[in-house]
Amino acid sequence: LMTAKSLASKETVNGRCWFYSDDDDGISVYLNRELHAMNTVVAQLQTQFQDYLVSLYQQGFLDNQFTELRKLQDEGTPDFVAEVVSLFFDDCSKLINSMSRSLERPENVDFKQVDSGVHQLKGSSSSVGARRVKNVCISFKECCDVQNREGCLRCLQQVDYEYKMLKTKLQDLFNLEKQIVQAGGAIPQHFPSYTILRPDIRPCLDA
Amino acid sequence: MLEPELKLLYRINAQSWKDINVDVNHKVESRLKLKFLELELKLLHCLLTFTKQNVIEFDPLHINPNFSISVTVSNHMMEVCNCIEPQWPADELLMKYQYISDFFIAVAYFSIPLELIYFVKKSAVFPYRWVLVQFGAFIVLCGATHLINLWTFTTHSRTVALVMTTAKVLTAVVSCATALMLVHIIPDLLSVKTRELFLKNKAAELDREMGLIRTQEETGRHVRMLTHEIRSTLDRHTILKTTLVELGRTLALEECALWMPTRTGLELQLSYTLRQQHPVEYTVPIQLPVINQVFGTSRAVKISPNSPVARLRPVSGKYLLGEVVAVRVPLLHLSNFQINDWPELSTKRYALMVLMLPSDSARQWHVHELELVEVVADQVAVALSHAAILEESMRARDLLMEQNVALDIARREAETAIRARNDFLAVMNHEMRTPMHAIIALSSLLQETELTPEQRLMVETVLKSSSLLATLMNDVLDLSRLEDGSLQLELGTFNLHTLFREVLNLIKPIAVVKKLPITLNLAPDLPEFVVGDEKRLMQIILNIVGNAVKFSKQGSISVTALVTKSDNRAPPDFFVVPTGSHFYLRVKVKDLGAGINPQDIPKLFTKFAQTQSLATRSSGGSGLGLAISKRFVNLMEGNIWIESEGVGKGCTAIFDVKLAISNESKQSGIPKVPANPQHVNFAGLKVLVMDENGVSRMVTKGLLVHLGCEVTTVSSNEECLRVVSHEHRVVFMDVCTPGVENYQIALRIHEKFTKRHQRPLLVALTGNTDKSTKEKCMSFGLDGVLLKPVSLDNMRNVLSDLLEHRVLYEAM
Repeated sequence: LMTAKSLASKETVNGRCWFYSDDDDGISVYLNRELHAMNTVVAQLQTQFQDYLVSLYQQGFLDNQFTELRKLQDEGTPDFVAEVVSLFFDDCSKLINSMSRSLERPENVDFKQVDSGVHQLKGSSSSVGARRVKNVCISFKECCDVQNREGCLRCLQQVDYEYKMLKTKLQDLFNLEKQIVQAGGAIPQHFPSYTILRPDIRPCLDA
Repeated sequence: MLEPELKLLYRINAQSWKDINVDVNHKVESRLKLKFLELELKLLHCLLTFTKQNVIEFDPLHINPNFSISVTVSNHMMEVCNCIEPQWPADELLMKYQYISDFFIAVAYFSIPLELIYFVKKSAVFPYRWVLVQFGAFIVLCGATHLINLWTFTTHSRTVALVMTTAKVLTAVVSCATALMLVHIIPDLLSVKTRELFLKNKAAELDREMGLIRTQEETGRHVRMLTHEIRSTLDRHTILKTTLVELGRTLALEECALWMPTRTGLELQLSYTLRQQHPVEYTVPIQLPVINQVFGTSRAVKISPNSPVARLRPVSGKYLLGEVVAVRVPLLHLSNFQINDWPELSTKRYALMVLMLPSDSARQWHVHELELVEVVADQVAVALSHAAILEESMRARDLLMEQNVALDIARREAETAIRARNDFLAVMNHEMRTPMHAIIALSSLLQETELTPEQRLMVETVLKSSSLLATLMNDVLDLSRLEDGSLQLELGTFNLHTLFREVLNLIKPIAVVKKLPITLNLAPDLPEFVVGDEKRLMQIILNIVGNAVKFSKQGSISVTALVTKSDNRAPPDFFVVPTGSHFYLRVKVKDLGAGINPQDIPKLFTKFAQTQSLATRSSGGSGLGLAISKRFVNLMEGNIWIESEGVGKGCTAIFDVKLAISNESKQSGIPKVPANPQHVNFAGLKVLVMDENGVSRMVTKGLLVHLGCEVTTVSSNEECLRVVSHEHRVVFMDVCTPGVENYQIALRIHEKFTKRHQRPLLVALTGNTDKSTKEKCMSFGLDGVLLKPVSLDNMRNVLSDLLEHRVLYEAM
């Protein structure tokens, strides 16, 4: 039994809970707890993140360019991807607005302007790796070439839908990233899972 | 015609052939004239008869007035004849007989060749055909001669005479020829006869020999059958019994017996007999002279019927005992059975086979029978040895089978035990952990809440105990898996430096609280990226450092990691050899704490053992930590040991593990700046990026920044012209937007920088891959073209190529 002297006190350092005591056993306890906790939370989050990311690729929202983009993120530029992506979404909304204005009046459609807008959008989406958006842009450009207003309107609608969808998805992804970082883990860069600690203590609360 | 009373006899005497005059001096009347006519006719008739083959010319019925008849007969002898007879004269009878005989002779002569032909045709071979033809011709001609003779009895024409002559001539020729031929033939025929005799003798001889051979063949067949019978079974008793039965049958023996040596080898015991159903169990000593005689030779030996081995039944004096033959049968032991020295048997044990011919039969032992007996004896010996071998092998096989069965049972028991243990472990793993973790988690949560000090104490104890229990379970499971050998290292690439830092981060808070400074020394040549089992290595380091912290009340702890070379001090039973891309990592954890008694050091790594000393309280740990660490280290082909100078003098824990150096410099999530160096260092390279699209611009900038370049961005051509300076080494311009103005910029830049070395390199970023774009770029003086979107590796390669060669046209 521990005496009153060796009451454990709690400290929060770096967002983690530290337990310590005079008693040597506290070390084992602490270590095990920490390892256990880290393992549980971080691993879970990391797996979640990776599964989500993989699903985005599989569903065609993202392509290789996004992977390249992630490669460019490092210690010096930790929010690079987020910045690029947010810029892209801003761009998207601006361009879509201007294009919808151009296509508004059926008798006075400035296809040149629409074309340049589509061109811009295509360039941006391929730079970012937004695959679905890029594909819609390709068919949008075709409609523009033949000056098909109806087709253009349809494509515009689709582009709008796609970019908003992608925005939501990427938002979720970034949230997961934040959670992982807060839990003290590292964001998985490669698809094989990345765990560092005793994996045999698996969380069994839900068996 | 003639009147009976007119019998006139005329005798004709012929002196010459020329004229025959018959004078009749009677003057007769007409009646007489008639008579003279008759007379004339008779005379003529007579003449014809006697001259036979004459042609008589006479003046027909010329009546001389003088009544003289003149008849002219030419050239033939005439005989006196009494020709005018009213009946046949006695001579005619002879002629008749001759006639008949001639006829029959002819018939016989003609029939002989026919018979010959018939019989020769029937027989297959007749060597003398030509002789036969000759003989046939001769006979036929003789027959013809005799046949033609028939015609000459009466008057005959000249043709007949001619034919007759021809026939006779031919006959003469042929018969002479045949006679001459027979001179040659008859000796041959006689010799044929001798040859025939010779052949007959030979045939008789062959018959005799055939008989002999047949008997021999019979004997041989018997032997084969016997052998077959003997060898068809591998049962010793059956072999011997069959031998006796078959021998008895083949040779028609009265009695047949087999004497086997007893176990002592001093006596022969009667083991098997043919006729007697229950042989009397008597023995004879083995040293009898007759037995020695038989054993001394491999041949069958005739022995006296009165010898002890041959006296099998009570002798009733009436019998004349049949001849007895004895032969030895070698009893081969398994070890004797060497094929190489088969004729010279190195065995001393023989059995005796005694064969008795029937009494009162006067039969004798023939050579071939003796040979048969010898052959049989040999066969029996071989068959017996085979039987012996078979027995041995059967015994061995039975033994093996028993052992197999026993082993099988033992194996199944072991398997059951293992399965039971595995089941237990599996159950323990899952079932025990679930409540365990529930307890730990909920106790932790409970701690967060408002508690009285007493409650807090209780909760802490609960937490502590349950954590310890969890640790114990895990350790035990680990250990059991390690001992099973079922634990395998999970290899992967990881950052060794980061690993150490993390361990220290974990330990530092505690060390700080205990006021134990920890220092980490990483050798400069320690590889950063290695391949190994990261988790387990961390476990080992954590364990050892944790122990160091645990058992130190004061002092400092130092952790050193280095690459070990072979000349470093190592325990004598371990030799370190770096091989290939592998190296041995050595970690030394030195503390100045409690220290360990050198005598206790060996016990440290045994599981469940703990050092109990007055200075230290029982730590309460499971004592498995070091054991598990040791096992992991061993798995990593390394070694772990502890050095201590004694109690209170601190101790050093050292371990070596084998790791592989990673080929790829994989960056585990946190790459450093600058990026991995290529042969051209991009650090600080000034570049200008011109792109109207904000997003693309940002991406390209990020790319180049990542590579270490100093990037300036512009969004229009005018701005680009304004900003570009000789400091910029490369200008990336986006030419995606339709329109030729983009390319104009290149020309303007060329104008601006007249001197070649000052001008920055111009690279176009385009979304097209066709040749026309490339040609266009070339024509406008661009140094390179890149396809958007550019990957990191691509950009890196392009930059290095560009700066090396100052031109690039392959990056499409």
